[in-house]
Amino acid sequence: MTTQEHDASVYEQVQESSEFQDLKRRFRRWTFPMTAAFLSWYLLYVVLSGWARDFMAIKLFGNINVALLLGLLQFVSTFWIAWAYAKHAEKKLDPIADKLRHEVEERTR
Amino acid sequence: MSSHALSALLFLAFVAATLGITFWASRQTKTAADYYAGGRSFSGAQNGLAIGGDYMSAASFLGIAGIIALSGYDGFLYSIGFLVAWLVALLLVAELMRNSGKFTMADVLAFRMSPRPVRTAAGVSTITVSIFYLLAQMVGAGALVGLLLGVTSPSGKAWTIVGVGALMIVYVVFGGMKGTTWVQIVKAVLLMGGAALITVLVLAKYGFNLSALLGEAASQSGKADSFLKPGGKYGTDAQGLAGKIDLISLGLALVLGTAGLPHILIRFYTVPTAKDARKSVLWGIGIIGSFYLLTLVLGFGAAALVGSGKIAAADKAGNTAAPLLAEAIGKSFLGDVGGTILLALIGAVAFATILAVVAGLTLASSSSFAHDLYAHVFKRGKATEREEVLVARVSAFVIGAVAIGLGILAQGQNVAFLVALAFAVAASGNLPAILYSLFWKRFNTAGAVSAIYGGLISALVLVIFSPVVSGSPTALFKDADFAWFPLSNPGIISIPLGFLCGWLGTVMSKEFNEAKYAEIEVRSLTGVGAEKAAEH
Repeated sequence: MTTQEHDASVYEQVQESSEFQDLKRRFRRWTFPMTAAFLSWYLLYVVLSGWARDFMAIKLFGNINVALLLGLLQFVSTFWIAWAYAKHAEKKLDPIADKLRHEVEERTR
Repeated sequence: MSSHALSALLFLAFVAATLGITFWASRQTKTAADYYAGGRSFSGAQNGLAIGGDYMSAASFLGIAGIIALSGYDGFLYSIGFLVAWLVALLLVAELMRNSGKFTMADVLAFRMSPRPVRTAAGVSTITVSIFYLLAQMVGAGALVGLLLGVTSPSGKAWTIVGVGALMIVYVVFGGMKGTTWVQIVKAVLLMGGAALITVLVLAKYGFNLSALLGEAASQSGKADSFLKPGGKYGTDAQGLAGKIDLISLGLALVLGTAGLPHILIRFYTVPTAKDARKSVLWGIGIIGSFYLLTLVLGFGAAALVGSGKIAAADKAGNTAAPLLAEAIGKSFLGDVGGTILLALIGAVAFATILAVVAGLTLASSSSFAHDLYAHVFKRGKATEREEVLVARVSAFVIGAVAIGLGILAQGQNVAFLVALAFAVAASGNLPAILYSLFWKRFNTAGAVSAIYGGLISALVLVIFSPVVSGSPTALFKDADFAWFPLSNPGIISIPLGFLCGWLGTVMSKEFNEAKYAEIEVRSLTGVGAEKAAEH
């Protein structure tokens, strides 16, 4: 049991460190608002599909209407958010996470 | 050679190739990590393809193309919900779960809670979701075989279901996660290739002018421009306000269900690190998104070139729109021979699609039974690794047999309701518990147990008393009427209820393990102590 207790206290120390708090903040400040944003954008699209059908039927180019364009924009935004998250994680999260992992692995060895 | 014989031949070639893979994989599957997680040795790109193969089910390929072909634009709503859902998995779940779990969804929940009640709840919910999903795929296989192989008698369909079930059991029992993953990779490549080929041919027919294709589809459908706008199937004016709220409910279940599907969650454990889990979801989003763009052309193409009348005559729900389109487009470019070849090709691809998905589902539920219920609940964590893998194999066999039996009984039933139920149950029963345990410090055992049972039971109860089960012309029991819940999808009520129950259960219990929360928070964000890839 002693090693487990020892590990737990290491984890608590790491959790309180300013570096870990910084990592957590960088993770949550990006992913939480982005989740709220893409869910709202998606729900807006679903609500428009239910209640604004005349608007959705407006033709833009040939037979391409607003509904189709908004649907395709959901694809574009999904691909973009996935790409942006990957960039954010590589630049802002991975370096701190890697550093902290090495430190904890040294200490709990 | 008839298209039935050619279909059968191509399908047998797929079966032979995948059995070869399974045999090879069985010789490499020794430890529990091999069986449950393929030794955690897949690359991000490989796992991304397998995610595509696991996720793009008969509902995605045949179902969406069918809804678009018959009802127009509304089928596209499914594609969008199924795709956007992957952002929840990417941003909030995939990496954190890879870092803090081992083999099943319950590993993450049991980390800082009292393990037995939490694993029991998570195991029950995993098996419930998987069986419903499995049942839908089996019924789909029965429906498909009529068109593709000319088998229409009930006993012929029953034998097809037995055959599909037997193959799925072989893949999972012998190949474990490694065999299942390779079957899914092969299937993803075949499905993308087949769908892309048909799409290019359809677009070529209209001079690569999407607007011309849409115009032809709208005029062939007899519904003119309203075919191209929302409201053809869901929340029609005749259904009134309830129909529109049902649309929102469906939308919520789709977007929140994916990150709670057990057979999807266990895929994150098959890669060496959290970074690879991220990479695999990125690949998955690319593949799945491209595929859903193709289904748009397949659906409208079928409406334009086959015609709604012929599609509905072949299958009321439109499930055979994509194969019929393949036949029509092949004929128009290469004559009758071309039609025969393309129909056979797409038919074989559709069977491969169903097989790969049912294998993933069987693996997820048998893993949860062996790892959560047997090893940790019955044996209180004292089972040996050998014993656990043996139990997993036996339970894959049993779950496969149950799915075959239910699939035969449910023949000819409404398939869509089972898939929508699986998504709604996953979003209500699993997602709240997963998100709370990763992000909410105060969350505890009582909270986890009430989140899972609260969401699971409310979703099931609302479906039982909804118009999909009784009291409507399309219901499971047409002659009975005990429906009091007006919506066909329970998501809008049961998902918030799952979150609410989790919150209530948590604040009503004083239990709380601060040290363990520190550990899971540090581990999930940094990858300290994460399970490593197996050395071979």
